[in-house]
Amino acid sequence: MEEEQTSAGKVKKFMMLNRKAPYGTVYALESLEVVLISATFDQDVSLVFMDDGVYQLAKGQNTKGIETKNFSPTYRALEGYDVEKLYVERESMDARGLTEADLLVPVEVLSSAEVGKLMAEQDVVLSF
Amino acid sequence: MKIALMINEGPYTHQAADTAWLFARAAIAAGHQISRVFFYHDGVNVASRLTEPPQDDRHIVNRWTKLGQDNKIDLVVCVAAALRRGIKDENLAPGFRISGLGQLVDAGIKADRLVVFGD
Repeated sequence: MEEEQTSAGKVKKFMMLNRKAPYGTVYALESLEVVLISATFDQDVSLVFMDDGVYQLAKGQNTKGIETKNFSPTYRALEGYDVEKLYVERESMDARGLTEADLLVPVEVLSSAEVGKLMAEQDVVLSF
Repeated sequence: MKIALMINEGPYTHQAADTAWLFARAAIAAGHQISRVFFYHDGVNVASRLTEPPQDDRHIVNRWTKLGQDNKIDLVVCVAAALRRGIKDENLAPGFRISGLGQLVDAGIKADRLVVFGD
């Protein structure tokens, strides 16, 4: 009989692919919840921000007008959870007129091809 | 192969829950094991036992209940996403259980593949 495996001690590469604007849909917020949980499992977690997902990291978010919670400070807290691999796709950032200076946290900027390469190295890719 | 699924969209509006069900059936028929299905975002609505589609339509919830029970699939509904959307133990369809996001990460660790359905 196959021995029942436990998840303890097993490390996989998890990539959370964030593609949607922070507000308007719940995906960015609920993605962040997955990130925080996966960190507690001591997995190799990386976050990629592309398409409108790059807006999730934009500085100066103010959600008063839409009466929803501004959860952007959480991205600054990720370091405390040992989630330090944050990548932004250059083409998406450029297309939206953003630069690294506009972002809340330090990131590594990758080309679309480099993101693809990184994606191919992952065990689990979750797209939000 | 041990396969885990994640469903991120609610029933009827989006095809994700149907596609995942067809995928699961095909995978089982091909000799694979579906270890767990994790319902997230609006996908938690697939677990509502209050669902009553017209008789000439497919019953997405009952389909999942039956597939889960027949094949001993762990059907897990994310607690945080569920509570936001009014899915609780009292309106949970048979075969589903409510648990935390840790079950998703655990499924990703233990399965050979984690396949995501929905945007």
